Amino acid sequence: MWTIIHKMGSPPWFFRFSGVLVRWLLPITISLLVMGAFWGLLVAPPDFRQGNSYRIIYIHVPAAVVALAGYYVMALAGAVSLIWRIKMADITMRAAAPVGAVLTAIALVTGAIWGKPTWGAWWVWDARITSMLILFFLYLGVVALFEAYENKTAAARACAVLSLVGTVNIPIIYKSVDWWYSLHQPASIKFTGESAIDSSMLYPLLLMILAFYCLFALTVLLNMRAELLWAHRESSWLKQLAGGA
Amino acid sequence: MYFESLSAVWHMDGHGFYVWLAYAFTAIPLALTVWLPINRIRQHWRWLQAEQRRAASASSGSANEAGG
Repeated sequence: MWTIIHKMGSPPWFFRFSGVLVRWLLPITISLLVMGAFWGLLVAPPDFRQGNSYRIIYIHVPAAVVALAGYYVMALAGAVSLIWRIKMADITMRAAAPVGAVLTAIALVTGAIWGKPTWGAWWVWDARITSMLILFFLYLGVVALFEAYENKTAAARACAVLSLVGTVNIPIIYKSVDWWYSLHQPASIKFTGESAIDSSMLYPLLLMILAFYCLFALTVLLNMRAELLWAHRESSWLKQLAGGA
Repeated sequence: MYFESLSAVWHMDGHGFYVWLAYAFTAIPLALTVWLPINRIRQHWRWLQAEQRRAASASSGSANEAGG
């Protein structure tokens, strides 16, 4: 266990390992996304009340789910970088922030587009939507804060603190549909008890959630590789790799 | 397959505009989040290899500049 963690902290090892991972993840992610979208858009039956507009669920829910899970990844990496001063953790944190921001933006925009035919409004200041908007600003905040500092060590520390403070928002988003009177429907998929969604609609949704998780892993790894390449451009291990290739 | 024709897929009983707009607003940013770092990696890599060639030709002396 500890040796794996130790290896993860080593840039040359991580660079080689992530290279293999990325080569597998890219085709897997693309095929999962294409399969899920095809299934959700063309094969699944329409919702008996919402008609075909519900098909937005196959991108809206996965984007929102992974945006939330991604925040934990970012905050956890922030905590590790803050406590143990591991450079790789700091790079992970900063690689996750823009991906999370994009996913949150997708959840917000697709939600707005879904809201128009369903609720009759593009936007409402609803508890869940507002807390998702705060999540979007938290992600953007981490990206912007890092750029704002001249001293990158201080910048990484400030970003880590911001991402840790922001975790307060995550349970609020989860619970918002139960705590406040909300237009947003409560969760349809439950781990305990029966889901409130038919399996003909559930399976493509689960497939898309898996696809978005793969996409998150892929883009974070790609961002980390880009960052590592530049940060270690003077290192001998990288020069050897570049020379040998 | 639920739909019977391509135009039915496009219209989706009046919801086609919303559904396709939402999918477009998802596909484009996602494609960019994958493509941008790949492009960055490629640029960094090219820079590294050029740097290697420069270093190699500098160390082998001016007589052998074409090598590397």
